[in-house]
Amino acid sequence: MSAVDLPVQADAQGVAERIPGLWKPPIVMGVFTILVALLVLVSPRDGDSTFRWSREGDWFAIPDVSLPANLIVWVAVLLCLLCTAYAAWRSYSRLKTPLVVVAAFALFAVSGFLAWAVAGKTLPVVGLLAGALALAVPLVFGALGGVLGERAGVVNIAIDGQLLFGAFGAAITASLTGSPWAGLVAAMVAGMLVALLLGLFAITYWVEQVIVGVVLNVLVIGFTSFMFSQVLSENAGTLNNPPHFPRLEIPLLSGVPVLGPIFFRQTILVYVMYAAVFLVAWALYRSKWGLRVRAVGEHPKAADTVGIDVIATRYRTVLLAGAIVGIGGATYTLVSVPSFGREMTGGAGYIALAAVIFGKWDPIKATLAALLFGFASNVESVLSVIGSPVPSQFMLMLPYVVTIFAVAGLVGHSRAPAADGVPYRKG
Amino acid sequence: MRLALRDITKRFGSLVANDHISLTVEPGEIHCLLGENGAGKSTLMNVLYGLYQADEGEILIDDEPQRFKGPGDAMAAGIGMVHQHFMLIPVFTVAENVMLGHEATGFAGKLDLDAARKLVQEISERFGFQVDPDALVEDLPVGVQQRVEIIKALSRHAEVLVFDEPTAVLTPQETDELMAIMRQLKESGTGIVFITHKLREVREVADRITVIRRGTVVGEASPQASNAELAALMVGRPVELKVHKEPAQPGERALVISDLVVADEDGHVHVDGVSFHIDAGEILAVAGVQGNGQTELTEAMVGLAPHVEGSIKLDGREIVGRSVRKALEAGIGFIPEDRQVDGLVSNFTIAENLMLNRSYDKPFVSGGSLNLKKLDTFAKEKLAEYDVRAPGVSTLAGQLSGGNQQKVVVARELSRDLRLLVASQPTRGVDVGSIEFIHKQIVAARDSGVPVLVVSSELDEIAALADRIMVLYRGRVVGIVPADTSRDTLGLMMAGETPEGIES
Repeated sequence: MSAVDLPVQADAQGVAERIPGLWKPPIVMGVFTILVALLVLVSPRDGDSTFRWSREGDWFAIPDVSLPANLIVWVAVLLCLLCTAYAAWRSYSRLKTPLVVVAAFALFAVSGFLAWAVAGKTLPVVGLLAGALALAVPLVFGALGGVLGERAGVVNIAIDGQLLFGAFGAAITASLTGSPWAGLVAAMVAGMLVALLLGLFAITYWVEQVIVGVVLNVLVIGFTSFMFSQVLSENAGTLNNPPHFPRLEIPLLSGVPVLGPIFFRQTILVYVMYAAVFLVAWALYRSKWGLRVRAVGEHPKAADTVGIDVIATRYRTVLLAGAIVGIGGATYTLVSVPSFGREMTGGAGYIALAAVIFGKWDPIKATLAALLFGFASNVESVLSVIGSPVPSQFMLMLPYVVTIFAVAGLVGHSRAPAADGVPYRKG
Repeated sequence: MRLALRDITKRFGSLVANDHISLTVEPGEIHCLLGENGAGKSTLMNVLYGLYQADEGEILIDDEPQRFKGPGDAMAAGIGMVHQHFMLIPVFTVAENVMLGHEATGFAGKLDLDAARKLVQEISERFGFQVDPDALVEDLPVGVQQRVEIIKALSRHAEVLVFDEPTAVLTPQETDELMAIMRQLKESGTGIVFITHKLREVREVADRITVIRRGTVVGEASPQASNAELAALMVGRPVELKVHKEPAQPGERALVISDLVVADEDGHVHVDGVSFHIDAGEILAVAGVQGNGQTELTEAMVGLAPHVEGSIKLDGREIVGRSVRKALEAGIGFIPEDRQVDGLVSNFTIAENLMLNRSYDKPFVSGGSLNLKKLDTFAKEKLAEYDVRAPGVSTLAGQLSGGNQQKVVVARELSRDLRLLVASQPTRGVDVGSIEFIHKQIVAARDSGVPVLVVSSELDEIAALADRIMVLYRGRVVGIVPADTSRDTLGLMMAGETPEGIES
């Protein structure tokens, strides 16, 4: 330009940034460290805690580890303190706490708690983890479906309804046909049916998506409960007696100590889950399809102006998500439980929703979050079997307490897709 | 490629947004579409781009009639659009934004990002853009984002490019660079439609000018026409482009702001250590490209900003940390930058909107109930005084035109006993006739001894109103300069540079 010829001085410093919630990790960690320390202070335990690492069928057996419970707890408290101090130092230097430190802290705190809880008894670590994975399967499928829907801009509160309807469809179809595979397909169709309703209201009629989701959950609960009491329970033999997927041991891999029994002695649905997580993550970030899905969830109008059909993309994604959640529903009646029962998901869909947010709308992170919640559920059931000093009613709360703490306490500032929950209206 | 629109008519209900509009764009020609906000320019372009379907008329490319069902068809036909609000996805990289919608793919739909990078680099080099294909769009300055939009259109082999109000978000320097790019495109044979309401820019680049008023073409103008001629054509009557005002008679120091820091919920600092003062009976105009802390500054002054540090003293009393109500009671009048969002309740009547800033007390409320009669009389008075064109005081504010809505806001804010007036973008999206009126009101407030802070992203408005000019860049004061400072100097300052001889 015909600028005036003046020497100029550039602005060297950018706009300063403050990091909100900087002190949240050290504070949360400090509180938990104190809680673990209180366990031994208030109620010290006698005896050794034994951790069992091996199972039958391993190539070689890792010996059990047995140490005095109080010692383990104090070591855990010490390690927790170190993590907390490091986090505090990071916050003091205005830096974020690395996720590794948070994860290490969680490991130490959980080990301390478990050592305290199983004092004088033996904790089957491998069984605990394998069970956690199995329990997490519906949560992982639910979270994957949730991530997909929200990445395309449709909030899916109806994950729970999709799981429940999937479980219902799988039970009846598998019972009638005698094939768990037919049940699996039926579960996917059932999940898609709920998704279709969600899409119809949320995408086509612009209804508030949270409301639609909650209503759909209630609708599915009502419908399945009615069918259960009126039809299924009277014909339990023919309609609610599904064949199950057998456990499938992967040759060689299943013999690896610790890892084998956890990851490779599961049912086919768990292996499907591995594939689904990988495929969704790859497709979302690396494929043309994923780019378009994310575009539609971030800035639908921009997507429209480059010729992408926003409405169709959203419908397709929501339906696909419904099918994925449906597979999660099938795990209930084709793997875990003998037959369909009233409200058998127990709100797992809501936990999956929490995993979506805890996982910051990322398929891999959401899967890890779902695994964490599955772990919390299984700690509860394992401890109630071996007998722990904590009242079982309290332990039942554990998965939900973990959910609240994880989402409210540890999630940093996360950014949802910009057009998440916003219907697209042309013009 | 020759583009022609023939008798395009578009109606929204009873409103005729475009009434038999025809225009042609030849290859290698810059055709300006000049008109006020709401004249129907954007509607016409949305029809051309397939976002709306025309009710009548046709679009011809090289004399072939076209039917665009969506933007995809328009792009395939060689029409590209640089939107006023960029159609870019902030969390995507430049390459991803450019490839979106026509992605090159490999096996199983795998994105071929390398191809997209190459495309971006190739087009960047051709036009001398400095654009990094792997940069996230949200991290780029606005001017560069606009270039990404241009690259996006060119990567689809656009032969006619539509620029919809492209300069609204640019500094004067960036505007000049854009003009240069437009000339370069024109030389390479691209036809350009340039939509704007800024007369200076039109005269600079246009080969042909078509003026639109209230949805119809009111004539063609020559690029040699004067500002006054163009303005008269646009508005339909002669207009005063500059408010006549006497030199300011500054009184005592009324408002003193020192070391003001304003951050948002996410901790981003938008106003970073700003200090200045305004005397009674003086207008301080704040210049700067949108988004350099102006919004946050004005919100802090009325108590709307959440995290404020520093001091704002009005007549010696501290405002920071006080509620909005206290700020109003201290006599601050506030014209917010977006009347639709912050200025009015569209579903309320004009009368109800006029009492929003004293909804809790006399004269309109006594004993917890509204004194409707008093409100009615008051509203009728204001309607007449501020020349609000409306059927009556019980008309819903949402049904008024932009200019009339803004007059309602101005009337409400000025009808109290003010100790300070904060006017943010007071004439944005307002017709030229109303601009004149609102400017006069602001100057009248100043002459009555009120200190006035005007924020505007239009240098014309700054020049018309200011007694002194403060330039903000990235939340900091670049300098406070006299009202007669040249456009070029202001432009440099708006880009964050401090010309010599100016203290910051």
